Amino acid sequence: MPGLGTSFGRGGATTFQQDLQNSDCIVIMGSNMAECHPVGYQWVMEARERGARVIHIDPRYTRTSATATDYVRIRAGSDIAFLGGIINYILENGREFRDYVVHYTNAPVIVDEGFQDTEELDGFFSGWQDAKSNYDNTTWQYAGMSVQGSAGQREMGANQGEAAGHGGHGASLNHGEPPEEDPTLEHPRCVFQLLRRHYARYTPEFVEQICGVPRDRFRMVAKALCDNSGRERTSAFCYAVGWTQHTVGVQYIRAAAIVQLLLGNIGRPGGGILALRGHASIQGSTDIPTLYNILPGYIPMPHAHAHDDLGQFIEMNSAASGFWRNMGAYTVSMLKAWWGAHATAENDFCFDYLPRITGDHSIYQTVLAMLDGAVKGMIVVGENPAVGSANSGLHRKAMAKLDWLVVRDLVEIETAAFWYDSPEVRRGELRTEDIGTEVFFLPASAHTEKDGSFTNTQRLLQWHHRAVEPEGDCRSELWFYYHLGRIIREKLEGSEDERDRPVLELQWHYPTSGEAEEPSADAVLREINGTGPDGGALSAYLELKDDGSTACGCWIYCGCYADEVNQPARRKPASEQTWVAPEWGWAWPANRRIIYNRASADPDGKPWSERKRYVWWDEKEGQWTGEDVPDFQPDKRPDYVPPDGARAQDAIKGNHPFIMQADGRGWLFVPSGIVDGPLPTHYEPHESPFTNRLYDQRGNPARQIFERPGNHTQPTDGEPGSDRFPFVMTSYRLTEHHTAGGMSRFVPYLSELQPEMFCEVSPELAAERSLVNGGWATVATERAAIEARVLVTDRMRPLRVDGRLVHQVGLPYHWGSRGLARGGSANDLFPIVLDPNVHIQEVKAATCDIRPGRSPRGAVS
Amino acid sequence: MTIGRSVRELISAWPVLHQRDGDRGALGSAARSERSRTLRPRTAEPDRVVRSVCPYCAVGCGQRVYVQEGKVTQIEGDPDSPISRGRLCPKGAASRGYVTSPLREYRVKYRRPFGTDWEELALDQAMDMIADRIIAARKDTWEDKDSEGRTLHRSMGVANLGGATLDNEENYTIKKLMTALGFPQVENQARI
Repeated sequence: MPGLGTSFGRGGATTFQQDLQNSDCIVIMGSNMAECHPVGYQWVMEARERGARVIHIDPRYTRTSATATDYVRIRAGSDIAFLGGIINYILENGREFRDYVVHYTNAPVIVDEGFQDTEELDGFFSGWQDAKSNYDNTTWQYAGMSVQGSAGQREMGANQGEAAGHGGHGASLNHGEPPEEDPTLEHPRCVFQLLRRHYARYTPEFVEQICGVPRDRFRMVAKALCDNSGRERTSAFCYAVGWTQHTVGVQYIRAAAIVQLLLGNIGRPGGGILALRGHASIQGSTDIPTLYNILPGYIPMPHAHAHDDLGQFIEMNSAASGFWRNMGAYTVSMLKAWWGAHATAENDFCFDYLPRITGDHSIYQTVLAMLDGAVKGMIVVGENPAVGSANSGLHRKAMAKLDWLVVRDLVEIETAAFWYDSPEVRRGELRTEDIGTEVFFLPASAHTEKDGSFTNTQRLLQWHHRAVEPEGDCRSELWFYYHLGRIIREKLEGSEDERDRPVLELQWHYPTSGEAEEPSADAVLREINGTGPDGGALSAYLELKDDGSTACGCWIYCGCYADEVNQPARRKPASEQTWVAPEWGWAWPANRRIIYNRASADPDGKPWSERKRYVWWDEKEGQWTGEDVPDFQPDKRPDYVPPDGARAQDAIKGNHPFIMQADGRGWLFVPSGIVDGPLPTHYEPHESPFTNRLYDQRGNPARQIFERPGNHTQPTDGEPGSDRFPFVMTSYRLTEHHTAGGMSRFVPYLSELQPEMFCEVSPELAAERSLVNGGWATVATERAAIEARVLVTDRMRPLRVDGRLVHQVGLPYHWGSRGLARGGSANDLFPIVLDPNVHIQEVKAATCDIRPGRSPRGAVS
Repeated sequence: MTIGRSVRELISAWPVLHQRDGDRGALGSAARSERSRTLRPRTAEPDRVVRSVCPYCAVGCGQRVYVQEGKVTQIEGDPDSPISRGRLCPKGAASRGYVTSPLREYRVKYRRPFGTDWEELALDQAMDMIADRIIAARKDTWEDKDSEGRTLHRSMGVANLGGATLDNEENYTIKKLMTALGFPQVENQARI
């Protein structure tokens, strides 16, 4: 989320799927939308039918390519070079949307004179600390600003980006305005000129060399985007995990954000960046996070080294201006929702009840700690890491080191069966009788057997109603955690141990119904929404207070139970509403469907054009109005200038649409909140057949590498042994299967449609390696070897990169040893190597070998 | 063939006559039989139709769940949805197969340490045993302060994984309970 969060202020898609129909040009990159989000893709087809350009840029030719107006083949892992090329094209040809850029982005802002670019330091920005392998971002700040916090605290931010999930709320400005600006965009240290210099070498020829895209094809894309942006026209970007699952994943998103800000495409109909998420509520599980580094609503988890008390925590995490100024109200209201009457001003509202983090505690760190025996037990719910995690073999071995494991799912997935049915057990590396892990498998309820809400890819909460009772021991996760908490509290009752107070004093009373005593999801949603001093449901997060008089489980969801109505359950038929359909479900924040939509009007509040009108200032009524809920204070005039001493949202000018940012602008350059650089830079993937044409520094210097047995890195270009793994591999999904297969390989129809693991190779690679269509191949890396059926297809073609021909191998990653359709797990092949911001694995680009025939038993490293 | 039907009816049902009279491809009335005439879709007479959302990807297609005698008999796209307009992809269309899969598990299964087989276990007992293990692991691995005396108030001995396939209300209770117990290692699929 930091890619979108730091650029615009919120870690969510800026637009909604139906709005794609208004686009004049849609670029789909890092996504095979037609096959992975087929029903959402109908809106892309609507746009195409209306004459829009649809450009698909991908290593593989897929159904998305087939239905696009243009397809561009690219080398996996080189997208920043391509997007940087577009930035260069825009700037060198003067194609930026000048009025938008000057008023709505930080292009005019002058950056600290100590800042040095990668172009000056051979692949590093200023502030690199070799001993710590991270950046001190002091020199990335706006010029003339007092630097926040002590050196130690800054180091914390640079280390983890823990507080970065939702944007730059750390930046502190005097009533919203940066101290030094140059609206002519000519000052050598203004962001606009920094961008120009940073991307000066990303020419069409450079793109051709790095990406394997002929320069004319590249120019075609750049021109189409520019021609379809501006006052009269808008372009959109769609991406998925093809962009995020890289060691520079967050910077991929940042690069698209820069393109869209320069072209003036954010906050406008037919524009935006649509993040296509792969799970029903992956957005929801980040907003209300089952993540270690944040609390609900992107409030950071407190850090042991930085946050001693609530006051300090709020001070460090709120900005002087913008909506993050109200961090105190959001945090205190959450603490009140959790600890009720126990949370008082005198005891810092139980702030000390929150456990402290001390670094990266993401799942991959946990897995390595499990291997070292430091973790006793694990609960896995609705996830299948034995197939879905990078280097999944290591994950399976780690589970064998646990004392106990709880797995909750509808079927007995690989994660539950690792102790008797896994490649390791079959090869004799692990013996069932030697594995001491106690395993509990608890059957779970399906979505048809429980009430609850999912948050979809466009930040929209939709309620699903229980249709039938679950059978046997099947229960919802809500049931499991509620009753688990109840039992633990009963067992600990009477404890005088200080450590037990947080759980004993927790507000943990939800009404239950039925024989199974199923808790009420509706009551939980109401708690998430929040209540006021009179106990009634709140309607908006502006009502939240920091004095303990309001309680709210997740401030960005405040309003989802407004008027005591379950808003996500609203289902007014589309045919009875406008195309925006505001009465279908409920979108955060405040039911807005396109966010930052104040940017759909010019600085004076008028639509940029009749064709692209969406939200505008109504002078007669003295308020913002339009198709959507305005993402702006409703009565703030376009010419509003904050008075001295203004704070929070009142410190944001009337012509600055990015109201979560301390300066109200979209950030082309990110001074804080991203740990591996203020501007995206092309680095090679961790494993790549190529050196970096730009710098001696090959990969992202801040990426997380874990060199240890079972997770070795392969030799790369030029190193001895690099010829053993000469091909690029990339993993992907099929229409008929879902992620690690737990919800699809156990379903008869779907298993019949895609019955076994295969790999996609070009006719040229097939000839080179004697691979036969329909025959077997073994794909090998330092981590593992897996078998796959061979699909020889023209959809894969070798690319000419840096004067050499490179072959790419495509690997769907759905299979495992269980279910109706079985096969090798692609994720066994990949190393654990991570993006430093969000700790996501790089499984969209690595190197491999491929040989004809089945793998010899037991010969796997 | 029904006894007592008149010869006239029999002749009029003769496919070749229908083909002669316009159904040349024999895909219409010529192909009808008594059996096909009396077939009814599974969705024809449900006890109730319940509004739902597809559980697979994050497009968020509307679903209508058809229920008869306490069982899910069919799942269809919801034409009222402004996002999906009644459509479902192959996965969404196979959702009935997902919720009624022949491989679904309905009972708790237990594998004791070093055991070679699953064993039966009552749900209540499983819950009790899991609660005991959490309390014990928490006690054994509790960290009040770090070496420099700073508050940690946590245990790194228990981890929780999963959430992107679950409901918001479920993620909320997971995070709330695990945090109150002092377990920071709560994670899901969403590393984005």
